[in-house]
Amino acid sequence: MLSQDLVNVVYLLASVLFILDLMWMSHPKTAVRGNTVGAIGMLLAILATLASERFEWSYILLGVAIGTLIGAISAAKVKMTSMPEMVGLFNGFGGGASVLVAGSALVAAISAIDIEATMQMKVATVASGIIGSVTFFGSYVAFGKLAEFLAVKWKLHTWQKVIKYGFSLVVAVGGLAYAADLGFHPVALGVAVSACVIAGMLLVKKDRFPGMDTLKWAAAAGSVVLGVLVVMNPHDTPLFWLLVGVAGVLGVLLTLSIGGADMPVVIALLNSYSGLAACATGFVINNTVLIIAGSLVGASGIILTQIMCKAMNRSLTNVLFGTMGPTSDTPDADEVYKTVKSSSAEEVAMILDGAQRVVIVPGYGMAVAQAQHAVRDFANNLEARGITVEYAIHPVAGRMPGHMNVLLAEADVPYDKLREMDDINPEMAQIDVAIVIGANDVVNPVARTDPGSPIAGMPIIDVDKARTVVVIKRSLSPGFAGIPNPLFANDNTVMFFNDGKKAMLELIAAVKEL
Amino acid sequence: MLITLLTIFVLAIFVGFEVITKVPPTLHTPLMSGSNAISGITIIGALILAGHIGNPHLAKVMAFVAVIFATINVVGGYLVTHRMLKMFKRN
Repeated sequence: MLSQDLVNVVYLLASVLFILDLMWMSHPKTAVRGNTVGAIGMLLAILATLASERFEWSYILLGVAIGTLIGAISAAKVKMTSMPEMVGLFNGFGGGASVLVAGSALVAAISAIDIEATMQMKVATVASGIIGSVTFFGSYVAFGKLAEFLAVKWKLHTWQKVIKYGFSLVVAVGGLAYAADLGFHPVALGVAVSACVIAGMLLVKKDRFPGMDTLKWAAAAGSVVLGVLVVMNPHDTPLFWLLVGVAGVLGVLLTLSIGGADMPVVIALLNSYSGLAACATGFVINNTVLIIAGSLVGASGIILTQIMCKAMNRSLTNVLFGTMGPTSDTPDADEVYKTVKSSSAEEVAMILDGAQRVVIVPGYGMAVAQAQHAVRDFANNLEARGITVEYAIHPVAGRMPGHMNVLLAEADVPYDKLREMDDINPEMAQIDVAIVIGANDVVNPVARTDPGSPIAGMPIIDVDKARTVVVIKRSLSPGFAGIPNPLFANDNTVMFFNDGKKAMLELIAAVKEL
Repeated sequence: MLITLLTIFVLAIFVGFEVITKVPPTLHTPLMSGSNAISGITIIGALILAGHIGNPHLAKVMAFVAVIFATINVVGGYLVTHRMLKMFKRN
């Protein structure tokens, strides 16, 4: 058995290693080392905990074995294009774990006659329950929206149906079984009702329904009231579960109506919540390493959230509660697109023939088309002809912060060719050809020119200032903001209507022919 | 005790802000999955509650599920971050 002092020293060491982990994340050269050091810190903290007292091992070993298996397989199998779903799901596990630890600690403390639940513990349990539950259910919704099986009208694959209906069934049956077990007294009935509300909302095929905002505020107020009641009656376990249920309703509602370009904000915010939930759990069990690690993650998520909001020129409140879409004075698409020029792979190759500097601007469309490897091959071909090729990355391109960078890194594009928006914009006038692949709103010059537009003031990549712009897109359909993009009709723009990957393959062939 | 913990909390938030502001946008996805793994630190609490002799059965079962969740977070988080970071290369 290690003494508690020694265990605390190891926890301190682990906290230092976590901080080093994040410090070394500041450069791709040191980031691998940072991640390894963080993993060592986690291992040390776990080993010290396991050596701190005499345990019953069955649940510990079984739980670690199951978790390791699931975690290792999913980490090895996940495609880079699916990273947003994966991170979304993992946030949820973090939140869920925090709720369960807080609940378990409450049950354990109350049953132990010698321990009186302190005020700190009670308040922290409530915080952990609310934040953890919002994170768990919010993350499930984010995962379901990214994996395109929640709040959609189209036909689902079998695996999507299994998750969607399976999850709702487990939640509803869990709530009802719990209420039946307790003999349907009012609080237990409340647990069953909130579980069924969650299960039902997750089956709706739209991301908005009437009464949604009222329910959102009711759930928020309900969580606070129930939180106070749990602090006053910590012995009432069903009350804690009712709190978790009502906070779960809030979690679903906060995420359900958010989609598309706002997804990176939500993923970053849930990341922050999962850290804060761990932090609150640290206050429940008086554990410093949980508080430190949780705060680091909480801070990280908040910073990313701010960066994403700034990159869209919107406030967090606007993302969470507002709507975005065409306004009444949005210009008519047919009018805007009168002068659009469509072209072929051969014509684009001719344009590239005389070019010296080319910039590729990727968007979510590149991820959908899985075109990152084809883009890299295409760039290699251009470079073989002596053309300089760089990539301009908008902060909100893709479905999570840094999504495009990971995809291009996967395709072996060196990271020093990836340029940030603010860095490349001043050089745009010297670029011969800007190739936009699968991006729309983030290159829409209306953001600069029309103060009445829904994206007014949003920083964009100024591709329109390049000598020639080639836009690769399947059709003239609008982006997430739902407004037409006059860039497509500019004199110096040609449209190449095609799927991202096919377009790249055709362009490679055409460039070789030159 | 509470004041000590609050002090740690506030100071750690400041360290977090200071350190993470320096992470470049290129590494934001690995940062998220890596910090996700760190938030799996809840595993410490889950292990203690799942194994503590004398805890009521309900508390143990809840903690058992928490061990599974947190382990997925820790193992999956570090491995997938490692996989991603390995891909970032210089010219």
